[in-house]
Amino acid sequence: MKYMLLLRHAPGTGPAEGTPEFDTEMAMWGEVMGELGTAGAMVAAHGLDTEATATTVRIRGDETLVTDGPFAETKESFFSYIIIDVADLDAAVAWAKRMPNATYGSVEVRPLSSHEQDG
Amino acid sequence: MTDGAGEHAVHLAIERAYREEWTALLAMLARQVDGDIGLAEDAVADAFAAATADWPTSGVPARPGGWLTTVARRRAIDALRRGTTRTANQAALRHLEHLMRNDEPVADEHGHDRSGVADDRLRLLFTCCHPALTLEARVALTLRAVAGLEVPEIARAFLTTESTMYQRLVRAKRKIKAAGIPYRVPADEDLPERLGAVLHVLHLVYTEGHVGTAGDELIRADLCEEAVRLARLVAVLLPGAAEAHGLLALLLLTDARRPARVDADGTPVSLEHQDRSRWNRDAVTEGTVVLDHALRLGAPGPFQVQAAIAALHAEAPSWEATDWPQIAALYGELHRLAPSPVATVNRAAAAALADGPHVGLALLETLEDDERVERYQPLHATRAELLARAGELDRATDAYRRAIDLSRNQAERRALAARAASYGCPVAGPPLR
Repeated sequence: MKYMLLLRHAPGTGPAEGTPEFDTEMAMWGEVMGELGTAGAMVAAHGLDTEATATTVRIRGDETLVTDGPFAETKESFFSYIIIDVADLDAAVAWAKRMPNATYGSVEVRPLSSHEQDG
Repeated sequence: MTDGAGEHAVHLAIERAYREEWTALLAMLARQVDGDIGLAEDAVADAFAAATADWPTSGVPARPGGWLTTVARRRAIDALRRGTTRTANQAALRHLEHLMRNDEPVADEHGHDRSGVADDRLRLLFTCCHPALTLEARVALTLRAVAGLEVPEIARAFLTTESTMYQRLVRAKRKIKAAGIPYRVPADEDLPERLGAVLHVLHLVYTEGHVGTAGDELIRADLCEEAVRLARLVAVLLPGAAEAHGLLALLLLTDARRPARVDADGTPVSLEHQDRSRWNRDAVTEGTVVLDHALRLGAPGPFQVQAAIAALHAEAPSWEATDWPQIAALYGELHRLAPSPVATVNRAAAAALADGPHVGLALLETLEDDERVERYQPLHATRAELLARAGELDRATDAYRRAIDLSRNQAERRALAARAASYGCPVAGPPLR
């Protein structure tokens, strides 16, 4: 069985960068990620950029609606994710439009965080 | 060397450079730093600040544009060097350093390379109006980056605080960079839709200037003028885009009436009562020429239809002698191209003048259950006017009250109250400050 863990937090909560608490937490992250690896349980892990950088694509009839933000209908549920590597947002949106659920649900296009971009 | 007259000359030179160079300089630099509009904007703003500091003592350089380009590039290089070691930044840095060493090979009398400037300005405009940004952010960013308005000016125009406007802009620029919104003119298949988004933003800027949604002044001339200037830029850069010319014609023909739209007290004067001799005839002439060009391109659209309506008003010697049947028909066409209750309200007003108030009221009845216009002030103002003309003064009074209640603009409220009074409708009205 494969599972995607959706990690969430409210912006501004958790220890601040540069504090001893932050360093403690980083060590905990390193530990659990390492253990996932040695246990053979790791498939892929990426950090995302903030919700403020998200773009949502939905198609209704002939109209493509591209909007700012991670807006989702409250009844929509997160059912899949795909990580793509393309030139820019226009190219990513073009792929998002090809997803069949864009015509009845929505596709959120969110960049990985800047630390993930050069790797 | 700074006597009063000299200082004034330097001030004028900086103003002129700002007007002539800001957009082109920012648009070019943004391309050279890989579409990072925030970085380019800071660098260009720094260059103008440096000009303000240096030119009064060192004198205005022979080539102001070249001077500003060099300083802005140097600031951009400094910012990139201070920044991260990301590969994209490194490439932009090398590119800029190369340009600094070689200066630019093709220089004209303005002192810097103009090849590709037109494309850069379009890139900037399409990026600022990208649909992945909120509409508010697009408007603010267009006014800041493309038109070069200062943040406090934009905040004032939209009646928000400077810090709110500043945050809105920072967030938009961060999104452009982080989400990878490309710095380019969209591909042909996307162009019509994306151009529509650009024209929508410019129209919104004009509309906001034409009737300030709140506050005491009806017209914000600076916004009107910027919208016309930007619409002219788009029309010049995209000579084959019919709707771009349609928008420019619409704005010119509407703006031609601006001198007559308020009286000496700042009270709005309706089209019916405007002194037509105060209309700007040059703007009418230019608007008509631009509209002819648009129509010859053979791709009709809502802005062209609205411009055609504005042209009929501009040609009419008086309110009574206006071609109302033709205007009502054009509003019908507008509704067909872009269905909207707003078009229906205007069509009703024109049809009433062509065929009597009852014809207009019948059209308005189709909107009775439309929630979208429940709070649309012009619907209630129009209904009030038609009811009053049909002699139904009680219902007219209710409609006037509703219209006054919905208007947040003091000048507009005063005008509606005066209109109601002229028909003998007793509107108690809000306190008229």
